[in-house]
Amino acid sequence: MTPRAVAATAAKAVALALFAFALFGPLANLVLWSVAERWYAPFKLPVSYGLRYWEIVFRPTGDAMSSLATSVAIAGLTVLVALLVSVPAGYALARLKLPARTFIMIAFLLPQAFPSVAIYINVARIFYQLGLAGTVTGVVLVHAAHGLVYSVWIAAAAFAAVDRDLELAARNMGASGLRTFATITLPLAAPGIMASAIFVFLESLDEFTGTFFVGVPQVTTLPLLLYSASMGGNYQIASITALILLVPSVLFMMVIERFLRADVLSKVGQ
Amino acid sequence: MADVSLSGVMKGFGGAPAVDRVSFSARPGSLVALLGPSGCGKSTTLRLIAGLETADAGRIVIASREVTELPPAKRGVSMVFQSYALFPHLSVAENIVFGLKVRNVPGSEREARLKRAADVLGLQQLLDRKPSQLSGGQQQRVALGRAIVAETPVCLMDEPLSNLDAQLRVEMRREIRALQRRLGMTMLYVTHDQVEAMTMADQVVLMRNGRVEQDAEPDALYERPASIFAARFVGTPPMNVLPATLIISGPGGTSIMTGAPARDPATLAVGVRPEAVRLGEAGVPATVVAVEYLGADTLIETRVVGEPFVVRVSGRAAATAGETVHLAWDPAAVHWFDLSSERRIN
Repeated sequence: MTPRAVAATAAKAVALALFAFALFGPLANLVLWSVAERWYAPFKLPVSYGLRYWEIVFRPTGDAMSSLATSVAIAGLTVLVALLVSVPAGYALARLKLPARTFIMIAFLLPQAFPSVAIYINVARIFYQLGLAGTVTGVVLVHAAHGLVYSVWIAAAAFAAVDRDLELAARNMGASGLRTFATITLPLAAPGIMASAIFVFLESLDEFTGTFFVGVPQVTTLPLLLYSASMGGNYQIASITALILLVPSVLFMMVIERFLRADVLSKVGQ
Repeated sequence: MADVSLSGVMKGFGGAPAVDRVSFSARPGSLVALLGPSGCGKSTTLRLIAGLETADAGRIVIASREVTELPPAKRGVSMVFQSYALFPHLSVAENIVFGLKVRNVPGSEREARLKRAADVLGLQQLLDRKPSQLSGGQQQRVALGRAIVAETPVCLMDEPLSNLDAQLRVEMRREIRALQRRLGMTMLYVTHDQVEAMTMADQVVLMRNGRVEQDAEPDALYERPASIFAARFVGTPPMNVLPATLIISGPGGTSIMTGAPARDPATLAVGVRPEAVRLGEAGVPATVVAVEYLGADTLIETRVVGEPFVVRVSGRAAATAGETVHLAWDPAAVHWFDLSSERRIN
């Protein structure tokens, strides 16, 4: 190899290392913190290692486990609510000639378009009057409003990607509108709808601001636990919580491309 | 066997009507081709008959029963789509029996009909496959199978062969025609391919801009086209149609007026099929632009007073580009049209 080629290879290696560090550095830090029993300045690495905090987190009576259960339950209910709205709404947006179609699509985007704190303060006030503050129902509604933009837009795209002739053929062969929807349209749109459900689930699992304003103190989800742990200087608990939250995201990355196909993606927002 | 008839059927999607006062009727057990260029309303007409679109006005009658307001399932028609519209998540067998299942046909009857259709179409080995694992021709057969198991008296086909290659198309053309005869179906067949229409149909309904231009048997359509459009749409190469005055004003031009309608020649257009023209010593002078030798015959492209004019002679023609030839034809072979209305006169 010429000196030049060596230099180029070295530069590449350094760039790659920097990139990897930027990507995995914070993660490594989390992992380190989760197994550090004692770690204080001026030491660069933990003073003593152990799984004591993992035990605390996974203790059946611990806060973390109950928060995880709350988080998963809320995420599941949120998906249910979002699907109940997005399947009919997505179908209507994709198939019917709606006069204010663009306006409706944008309406679902609105909760994301403004600073969320401002919105959630008002939502919290209204929910307090309605008796929804501090309830799981209230938190689910907030998460669903947030997740609807994904689920409705993706569901509309998934339905639009189903060839219209297939529905017409089913009708021609004698199937009713409902039967056509159940046996042809819905199964063919299902992968896209699955993808939107996964999006909504993860968004809900990860959601902090809305839960903070509407759910506290009665409803504690994992991100809220993470917040109070790190505010209280309990970095071990915070790190372990963060790692738990990471698991569904990684799983999601591995399955999502199976559900979201190019022909569906190309129709998102149309 | 069932008849199909339309009277005064209209359909618009805003703007000019896509289907404009269309009326025709198909005899029981016949194959009627709806022919026309893309956008002429032929597919919309078919969808109106199937009930996949609702007519704005007019009446549609199938098997002596008015169906204009009936939903698609109640009309007793099966349909083959241009895209085949096979359900990608169902197997070939499930695709074929889909209609029987939704109509609650009992299982044993379903199996029997599936077997019969598979035997007729040669699909026995493919029943467990998914549509994506089939070739274009096989997908076409599955679409046909789905239409014939319904055992409806009327079958509608929307450009069923347009996605197949040329050779397969010729085979399927024969096969569909044979199937239609054997099962005694009344078939309405949409196509933009005049060869398909001419070779398969008992009756051709030529459409243009949403209207019926001509409704006739294939030979009548060819021999007595009702308008300049019909004259030029059917036949390859198309009929030569020129304003009569253009030829009369040239040398030897007056000879063409033999047998012309007694009218001012300025209002006439003269039409001559390429194969009706002879090259001779006398007649209308023309300059040869190109000569295409096709084996059985030769196409000679010429200019008459600057206008393109094609001649078809059998065998090899002794003409070369740049040469001047004289064109002559039998007065009986001439089609006369009104220049402004474009309709046939004689």
